Amino acid sequence: MNKRSRRKVLVIAIVFGVAIAAVLGLTAFEENLLYFYSPTQVKAGEAPESHSFRVGGLVVDGSVQREKDSLKIQFDVTDNTETMTVEYTGILPDLFREGQGIVAMGNLQPDGQFVAQEVLAKHDENYMPPEVADALKKAEKAAKEKGPQLGDNQSAEQNPTGNI
Amino acid sequence: MIPELGHFALIIAFAVSLVQSVVPLIGAARNDAALIAIARPAALTQFLFIGLAYAILTHAFIVHDFSVLYVSQHSNLVQPLMYRISGVWGSHEGSLLLWTLILSLWTIAVAVYSRNLPEILMARVLAVMAMISTGFLAFMLFTSNPFERIFPTPLDGTELNPLLQDPGLAIHPPMLYMGYVGFSVAFAFAVAALLGGKLDATWARWSRPWTTIAWSFLTLGIALGSWWAYNELGWGGWWFWDPVENASFMPWLVGTALIHSLASTEKRGVFKSWTVLLAILAFSLSLLGTFIVRSGVLVSVHAFATDPARGVFILAFLVVVIGGSLGLYAWRSATVVSHGRFRAFSRETALLLNNIIFLTAAAAVFVGTMYPLVVDAFGVGKISVGRPYFDAMFSLVAIPLLLLLGIGPAIRWKGDNWARIAKVMTVIFIISLVLGLLLPFLIEEKLNLSTGLGLAGALWVALTTLKDLSSRLSKKLKLSLSYLGMVLAHLGVAVFVAGITITMTYSEEKDLRVEPGSSYDISGYEFRFSGTRKVEGPNYIADEAVIEVWSDGKKSGELFPQKRVYSGKSNPMTDASIDKSFTRDLYAALGEELEGGAWSMRVYYKPLIRWIWLGCLMMTLGGVLAVSDRRYRQTVKAKVKKSFTVADSAA
Repeated sequence: MNKRSRRKVLVIAIVFGVAIAAVLGLTAFEENLLYFYSPTQVKAGEAPESHSFRVGGLVVDGSVQREKDSLKIQFDVTDNTETMTVEYTGILPDLFREGQGIVAMGNLQPDGQFVAQEVLAKHDENYMPPEVADALKKAEKAAKEKGPQLGDNQSAEQNPTGNI
Repeated sequence: MIPELGHFALIIAFAVSLVQSVVPLIGAARNDAALIAIARPAALTQFLFIGLAYAILTHAFIVHDFSVLYVSQHSNLVQPLMYRISGVWGSHEGSLLLWTLILSLWTIAVAVYSRNLPEILMARVLAVMAMISTGFLAFMLFTSNPFERIFPTPLDGTELNPLLQDPGLAIHPPMLYMGYVGFSVAFAFAVAALLGGKLDATWARWSRPWTTIAWSFLTLGIALGSWWAYNELGWGGWWFWDPVENASFMPWLVGTALIHSLASTEKRGVFKSWTVLLAILAFSLSLLGTFIVRSGVLVSVHAFATDPARGVFILAFLVVVIGGSLGLYAWRSATVVSHGRFRAFSRETALLLNNIIFLTAAAAVFVGTMYPLVVDAFGVGKISVGRPYFDAMFSLVAIPLLLLLGIGPAIRWKGDNWARIAKVMTVIFIISLVLGLLLPFLIEEKLNLSTGLGLAGALWVALTTLKDLSSRLSKKLKLSLSYLGMVLAHLGVAVFVAGITITMTYSEEKDLRVEPGSSYDISGYEFRFSGTRKVEGPNYIADEAVIEVWSDGKKSGELFPQKRVYSGKSNPMTDASIDKSFTRDLYAALGEELEGGAWSMRVYYKPLIRWIWLGCLMMTLGGVLAVSDRRYRQTVKAKVKKSFTVADSAA
């Protein structure tokens, strides 16, 4: 091969390599996108049955149940319109508390039970996960309740009373 | 009264930075020595006033001046002195002040250490750095004043997030900022060179040490952050692909491409305009990183809507800096011609491939980090990108990168013959592949392809690097510090890859329900839990578990994980306990108290995890070593002066 055709081969190889990386990357990207659903959306059957997703809301007071001799836990999450049960085995984050906003990542089982692989409660006690704040707001709007507005995200984060 | 002095000092610094951004540039355009001479004293004045403001804010923290809003939000009476000092950069306003202080430090460093630079170029560099400073000072003064007062003065403040009260995290942001802001020097050199229309190999020689040292700081800063996450968060991981982490990783990836591309430009005068583009990109991503971490966009894109002043300012600033520099690049880069010729198989090509790989990686991180923000901003939905995406992308990128890393340094500049190095490379390739695949077989008595390939990659990098070193030694070639720095950094990559591979494959993690008096086995270690006790710290009360670790019938260590409740906080905090060693970490974190004295507990066995940070440390030191090379201090004078006086008189 002469110089020029070698250079051509090099350029083609680079373009080819980057193209492969882009295709593989986009495939991996597509597969690993996690969508967020509120309990209302899950109840309405909008959440995927075969794919992991995230769900969030407030932990319902008095709903946390622990199995005696394992680390299995069940609790209810609500967006103040609908409530759903989350099952989780393992150690919960420090900020997991009844009444606190949390986000859980997991799948729906064939029987309709949501099993979480991960439960997130951010490391700040005044913090409300933005998805949760948003879901609460939407649910509130949908219910057309009158009374004190939850306010926007910003104030929900800074203001502990925003947690309702 | 004192805090107002701080505010006033910032205003003066702002005024000085305006002068420094404009006057030296006019001087450079008109070749007016008097105007050019303003740059240095202006830089010094700016530094003094920003330093004063910074000292005043620190003083307010130390003496508990809660009448300052920022102080009252990030410290309280019981907070230890060290964390009152580090509380200054605990949040948005103070971080900006620290950023600006570090920028003025770099500016001073450039002014002092580049006395050999032609005055015109120096004036332009300092002016560009002052423009960045102007932007940050304006941002602080108009939207995020750290000296804002609160009335009535609270009796006590809100404690700094206890998670941030850790020595590793206390020095993490300054290190990171040293890196971020350090890239502003490379950026300023690039823009100054574009302004002057004069871009040659000597330009690369000036920017190179600055870029390398900034890169070293950034490497160290990221490693410290990872180390902190591992120690403090209680999840046992060292990297989470969290947007906050990605924000610092993107400039690192582009910065790594930049230091390699600068090598080509300095040595061979090739890829000039590409290098300039990388310098612009690295600093732009640093700015983006600073803003997305500190402005609250990550918490909620809609924070922009509720505090439009900040959001609009940030967007405008990014547009001006990135758009302005890219516009200048588009206008001027056509005048930049690379003269060097090289063949397809040459060091230049290897470095070009390196750049392509690093930029691909940076693009992958960028998409994964920014896409959810964009989707959210348009109100389409809430999504996040899962960890497997990033893991898959980086395994993909690692293979060509490691292969290239082994071969690249052995190839000669300009052009080389594959036949010359083929034999050595083939032998090392086979040795690494066989050993790499054999090792997991010895450990777990079965073939493990991905682990084997990872180890083979680490061996390949280590062996080729050492082989190159030994062949240079046997030829009695003089080894420069910059070469040794490269060797150390590349060996660091090998150590890093080996650490990741082993940790990812052989770690064991268990969530357990532990009862006093019983023991639990994990990877051949027996954890004996004897119960918990109450302990008291300076500003917290904790439940502390007592665990003895036994292996092979001998006691090998003790772990005391704690669950702390800080005064003034209602939520508990996990403080993990780690038995550290070179070959493995044993890690225990308390969950919560269950019935009858039992606790939920998370225990980990993490082999070779320390190698990950050791590798980063070696890369950092490699950078420092490379910068210490004499040629950056000596030859600069002779070569540079000549080329520039000619250029300037011609212009």
